[in-house]
Amino acid sequence: MSTKVVMEALSPTMEEGRLVEWKKQEGEAVAVGDVLAEVETDKAVMELVARAGGTLLKQVVQAGTTVPVSELVAVIGEPGEKVEGPAGPPADREAPGKKAAARTQPAESQATQPTPDRNRPTSMPPASPAGPAADTNGQPAPASRPPPPAAPSGGRVKASPLARRMAAERGIDIATLPGSGPEGRVVARDVEESRPTAAKAGPAAPATAVRVPAGQPYQDVPLSQIRKTIARRLAQSIGPIPTFYLTTEVDMERAREAREGLLAAGGEKVSFNDIILKAVALALRRHPECNAWWQDDHIRYWNEVHVSMAVAIDEGLITPVIRHTDLKSLREISAESRDLAGRARERKLAPEEYTGGTFSVSNLGMLDIDEFTAVINPPEAGILAVGRMAERPVAHEGAVAIRRRMRLTMSCDHRVIDGATGARFLQTLKGMLENPLAMVY
Amino acid sequence: MATTAPARSRPRGGLDPARADVYRDWLRQMLLIRRFEEKAGEAYSLGKIGGFCHLYIGQEAVAVGSLAALGPDDYITCSYREHGHALARGITAQTVMAELFGKAAGSSKGKGGSMHLFDASLGFLGGHGIVGGHIPLATGMAFAAKYRGTEQVAVCYFGEAAVNNGAFHEALNMAALWKLPVIYLCENNRYGMGTALERASAIYDISERASSYDMANEVVDGQDVLIMYAAMERAVQRARGDKVPTLLEVRTYRFMGHSMSDPIHGHYRTKEEVEDQRKRDPISVWSQRLIAEGLTDEAAVKALDKAIIGEVNDAYQFADEAGDPEIEELFKDVYADS
Amino acid sequence: MAIVTYRDALNQALREEMQRDADVFLMGEEVGVYQGAYKVSRGLLDEFGPMRVVDTPITELGFAGVGVGAAMAGLRPVIEFMTWNFALLAIDQLVNSAAKMRYMSGGQVGVPAVFRGPGGSALQLASQHSQAFESYYAHIPGLKVVMPATPADAKGLLKSAIRDDDPIVFIEGEMLYNTKGEVPEGEHVVPLGLADVKRSGGDVTIVCHSKTVSLALKAADELAGEGIEAEVVDLRTVRPLDSETILSSVARTHRCVVAEEGWPFAGIGAQVVDTVQREVFDELDAPVFRVTGADVPMPYNKHLERAAKVDAGKIVAAVNQVLYRERDE
Repeated sequence: MSTKVVMEALSPTMEEGRLVEWKKQEGEAVAVGDVLAEVETDKAVMELVARAGGTLLKQVVQAGTTVPVSELVAVIGEPGEKVEGPAGPPADREAPGKKAAARTQPAESQATQPTPDRNRPTSMPPASPAGPAADTNGQPAPASRPPPPAAPSGGRVKASPLARRMAAERGIDIATLPGSGPEGRVVARDVEESRPTAAKAGPAAPATAVRVPAGQPYQDVPLSQIRKTIARRLAQSIGPIPTFYLTTEVDMERAREAREGLLAAGGEKVSFNDIILKAVALALRRHPECNAWWQDDHIRYWNEVHVSMAVAIDEGLITPVIRHTDLKSLREISAESRDLAGRARERKLAPEEYTGGTFSVSNLGMLDIDEFTAVINPPEAGILAVGRMAERPVAHEGAVAIRRRMRLTMSCDHRVIDGATGARFLQTLKGMLENPLAMVY
Repeated sequence: MATTAPARSRPRGGLDPARADVYRDWLRQMLLIRRFEEKAGEAYSLGKIGGFCHLYIGQEAVAVGSLAALGPDDYITCSYREHGHALARGITAQTVMAELFGKAAGSSKGKGGSMHLFDASLGFLGGHGIVGGHIPLATGMAFAAKYRGTEQVAVCYFGEAAVNNGAFHEALNMAALWKLPVIYLCENNRYGMGTALERASAIYDISERASSYDMANEVVDGQDVLIMYAAMERAVQRARGDKVPTLLEVRTYRFMGHSMSDPIHGHYRTKEEVEDQRKRDPISVWSQRLIAEGLTDEAAVKALDKAIIGEVNDAYQFADEAGDPEIEELFKDVYADS
Repeated sequence: MAIVTYRDALNQALREEMQRDADVFLMGEEVGVYQGAYKVSRGLLDEFGPMRVVDTPITELGFAGVGVGAAMAGLRPVIEFMTWNFALLAIDQLVNSAAKMRYMSGGQVGVPAVFRGPGGSALQLASQHSQAFESYYAHIPGLKVVMPATPADAKGLLKSAIRDDDPIVFIEGEMLYNTKGEVPEGEHVVPLGLADVKRSGGDVTIVCHSKTVSLALKAADELAGEGIEAEVVDLRTVRPLDSETILSSVARTHRCVVAEEGWPFAGIGAQVVDTVQREVFDELDAPVFRVTGADVPMPYNKHLERAAKVDAGKIVAAVNQVLYRERDE
């Protein structure tokens, strides 16, 4: 049986070899290990050695020929044996190319072996959103190159990644913003400062920077440097929620009159607490800066008002929420609060009924507490503690009078609400309770 | 021009018939290495084995004779020409071949390849790829043996080209200074790749380098497995008993090129020299000796060879059919918890 | 808590670990009879004897390799380099032996060794004795690189390093040996791979390690006086890098400065910047700036040396740049 001699891979990177010279001639006897030919590899001249003994029956290629690795170069066998192989006679000159193609597998895998990249998993995650990144990257540096000739507007805008993200979230066209960063780069504070400026202020609009666009439940506002500094320093000094307290005393005579008027008109019973809830909701509507959540890296200013009311139950305390408190009538609030409080005591509230409030009210007046400080219910930024209504001698219209008075204490998360902010809210609230008509003004 | 000198070897005594089985096993081990290496060369030519592949053909008696003198708890480190040592230490032909093929069933799960064979359970702590870099490692293993007060010995195999390297001298100095149980076995096959010993070393007798460190030393004929064994036994005794190191200069010859991608003689040595050296093939030296002493015969040697060829073919087939490591293996074994 | 120097905190860690585990030994130049070139090993020879506190010849490649070999045989060597400048002679043993052994043995043979000694810029020691090499070693998979900045971290991290099963490059700050700080007595272990926020702040993140931590804190003090609150993140372990701590800080501050003593090209800071831009690109409000040693060999002359080294003023300047402050004032 004949043995095929193929071009061997004689170096790690060899893909083909030039057969320099035959060392054995056709018909000559060969032993295992005998040098059949010299082969020039990509590194050196090497010897092609017989791996079988016998007679060299056929030199398939001429000296000087370059042969791909694994391709047939000679046949060794018994003298007189017919030169043939499983894939047809090697003398079949037009065939070798085809055969070689089928047999180059080992050579190929070896040739590619020094480049292991194809097995290496890419540790690079996909690039950031292509649009902005490409814009930023593509922006030539004006310092080193002249500015792009035409295409001034609608062209590339220099902006920090953060500023781009913030602008996209707010639907602001970043190209319209003036940049305060180096070489006009738009940075986060430029986006912050570009919030729709004042515009047409509503009648009751207080002097506040917070304006929640209509049609959205809330607006997230990134923390400004000063906001961040305030938040951090206060938290360091007092605890995770830096709380301060504002107390005011409210004259409740007119609220009482209004309540009695409602009862006299045959309405259902409305409690003082219902009136307070309604007033709080309306005051929050006028002071959205107090109707907010602290979110660690930003503040969420709510466009909706959901007042939580603290209800004492056997196991402790729960705060059911009256949704859209500001939009509901006193009667609705009254009915809903009664229902919620009742089911709270029976522990029949669904989770969504006691979560999601934007501000809380806690009332211990019925337990004869004059005034107290309530603990903020995070992430809400404020809670109002309502004391008992009591007859107290006060100066009234130039004389000492006995009047029904009630103390309100507001706990404020200082990271969100500053002293004056909270005070203005309380002022509005007090005004509404002392003059219930202000609520519908 | 120098040839492998029989050197200052001990006179050859008669063989002890009681140890006939041991002697015949040495022949088996040497034949296994020879046939394994031939098969590895063939596999390399067919692209089954990649990278560098350094064959041990011609030096078989060194690994077999020296490792026969070691105990099971001793430490062994080698250079990158270590297929023979791995086989002689007892790693199976299948496991070594699978490692050469880069397969998961290999001794290093296919991550080490030809140059980095390990079997910690046999104290076989590596083939190492940087010339001379492993000489301090073996010294550290000997230090550990001394530190723990065990009877272990550390052996370090390296080529004669490594003795011009700083690591060699730094390690030998510390071993002698601290009296560590280590044997430095220099396999002087005359060529560091293509550079002859006398073109690289200022002195011819490498053993003399031990005198710088007042270290015991011997020159050994590495083509005679019994001489190798006897010299190693003396060195082991010095290490285990006297707790001192030894430098053995073992004169041998590599019949093949430096690696599979290098010519057998090239420009640095003549074809005649290689042919001349092949006359002292360690396997024929030993088989002739056993036949002459009546401890085996031609037919038995042929039968043994045939059996070994079968074993090696099995190893080839095993390695060829074995699976590649899973791609997840890429990031494993970088750290203890990876 | 006791006030202890960085030097003595390391000494405590060595002593306690050698008491705890008989496989732990210390080897290096002048560690024994001389009591340590920087006195880190003071008293250890007396307590543990010459087999466990081993003086070596000046032969870094050799004894680093002895340490690797001993670790391969199951001991837990602590190999001291008198300085990391000299360890360049041994880098083959760290890169080719220690780092690779576990991988190329298919997980069979680990190297639980600690290589430690002082590194970083010194004082007027000129070019060959005043260099930061952490990026050399951090480049190598298989090695971990630990660089404590405070006495407490020095103790806690060295104890963790000695107990770790991987080869550790533990680079002490040459200029930090005399610094003092509170150090817990007895068992005090700081896990590897965790950065530490040494100061909180919301305006800018300063990532630093080793000597630059104290410089960053000084810079942060100065900035606080101007109303800028800097967050100082001490890497503590350079590799593995605690990207989580870095990224969560940058996501809050949107601005980042990275300070290191080494040269700028392919330094640790380059790696941090890569991570930051890739992971929190959309949080960045300014490019990340690096503060490094000057890209020159260390000069001897005092004025030139000062100009070459990182200082608090250079960190403040970089913070001002990422805050675009020069445009405001």
